[in-house]
Amino acid sequence: MRGCFAIYYRELLILKKKLVRQVASMSVAPLLYILAFGYGMGKEVTVAGRSYLEFLIPGLVAMNSMTQAFAIASEINIARFYWRIFEEFQAAPIRNRAYVTGEILAGITRAVLSVAVILVIGAAFGVFLSYNPTFWLGVVLNGFLFSSLAVCMAMTVKSHADQALLTNFVITPMAFLGGTFFPVDRMPGWVQSLLQFLPLTHASSVIRNASFGETTDPFSHLLLAGIGLIMFVAAFFCVDRARE
Amino acid sequence: MIRIEKLKKSYRSVEALKGIDLRVGPGELFAYLGPNGSGKTTTIRILTGLARADSGDAYLHDYHIERDTLQAKRQCGLVPQTLNLDHELTVYENLDIHGRLFQMDRRQRRRRIDELLAYVEIDDRRNSPVKTLSGGLKRRVMVARALMHHPRILFLDEPTVGLDPAIRRRIWSLIKRIQQEGATIFLTTHYIEEAEFLAERVAFLHQGNIVAVDSPGNLMAGLGAWALDRLTNGEMETQYFRSREEANAHVDRQQGSFSLRRVNLEDVFIALTGKRVQQ
Repeated sequence: MRGCFAIYYRELLILKKKLVRQVASMSVAPLLYILAFGYGMGKEVTVAGRSYLEFLIPGLVAMNSMTQAFAIASEINIARFYWRIFEEFQAAPIRNRAYVTGEILAGITRAVLSVAVILVIGAAFGVFLSYNPTFWLGVVLNGFLFSSLAVCMAMTVKSHADQALLTNFVITPMAFLGGTFFPVDRMPGWVQSLLQFLPLTHASSVIRNASFGETTDPFSHLLLAGIGLIMFVAAFFCVDRARE
Repeated sequence: MIRIEKLKKSYRSVEALKGIDLRVGPGELFAYLGPNGSGKTTTIRILTGLARADSGDAYLHDYHIERDTLQAKRQCGLVPQTLNLDHELTVYENLDIHGRLFQMDRRQRRRRIDELLAYVEIDDRRNSPVKTLSGGLKRRVMVARALMHHPRILFLDEPTVGLDPAIRRRIWSLIKRIQQEGATIFLTTHYIEEAEFLAERVAFLHQGNIVAVDSPGNLMAGLGAWALDRLTNGEMETQYFRSREEANAHVDRQQGSFSLRRVNLEDVFIALTGKRVQQ
């Protein structure tokens, strides 16, 4: 597992060098959503008995932890296609699972950092929710799932352009439909059924319920962990297939 | 020691390697010479675990590159043709991460980095971000990084490509020094003078086949010692002679202008394949 820590350490070093830029970039989208939707809708709008801003923050947590975890796909692609550093890892005596685990840990770290940024922004807007262990478990599982997916994608695509295409088709729709900005139960029944297939719907539900101090659905936890595990194992094979 | 047996590799319809056999002895400085696209980089990529052979076997110090892949990878260091350093990180950090990937502990890493930075003479740039270094310095960092884990075999894929002649000479003396300290060196190049200056043995690779393997001296002696070039109807015509006197006697019997020079490995490659190495 020392190989895994070497990969993780490298990602942390890069993150540290770009920390100010990263935090600034992680803040932009949530800040805009809070201003546009949270304030724009007005304090009078309530959802499920809470102000819309309180409803929105956990959704943004779910969405940002997903996008930031998935963003490691771009970092891996830059390392692979542009700087060619991926070859340094391929030539090292480390197993695929060590490489995958290191990258996923980096993805989860980015996800947790982005959540911390949102919580600080939320606090600045007067939103204080319950950030208990169940809340953080939801964040970590969401980060695990989407960083595992990111490694699979990064190893499968042939160029940066392919990567952008996948993000547009997979991540962007999920960000808007996965219960981030509105409650899924307000949608027509058939849409609700479809949205249950999106991991982000379950992540939003777990994170929102936990942050409201309500009971979370164990099935959602299991689903996130299960899909994450499948993606994690798939990532081993994707890394192997990335070899010429 | 490197042992390659019937190694084949294709990229879609292109046969990059057509079943090559090769042995490189311990401590040898071996040059793998051929034009662009002849299969040099493919061979190195297979030997270092970056690519998978379609068939055939290869061993690094008796470790099979697929069956004992982690052990085989521990035997070798790689300086790839394209720069693949972490540009955001410093020289020290690049070397440190390599040491971590090869499971070196902290004390070993620190000591080795100090040694190597002095060895490749970039000690004063240890905390410089790689992106601020010149091409020649980056090459030296890559050599240092490849040596970090004390590899017994060093693969150098076109190590001086794109460098100016003065820096190229510096890299050559570094390669010689590394070999003198016991490492086996497998070098690909399409610079004839590089192979002649450095290598104890040379293999010529042409369209995925090894067409000759011997010492540069033996390969050239097979052709002669002197080459006489003559431009006829826009075509360069070259004749080879055992001695300078023999060549001069030939010139005396002919008309026109000639250029007399020493035979080099390029002549041997042309004689074997009809093509130039440096295309």
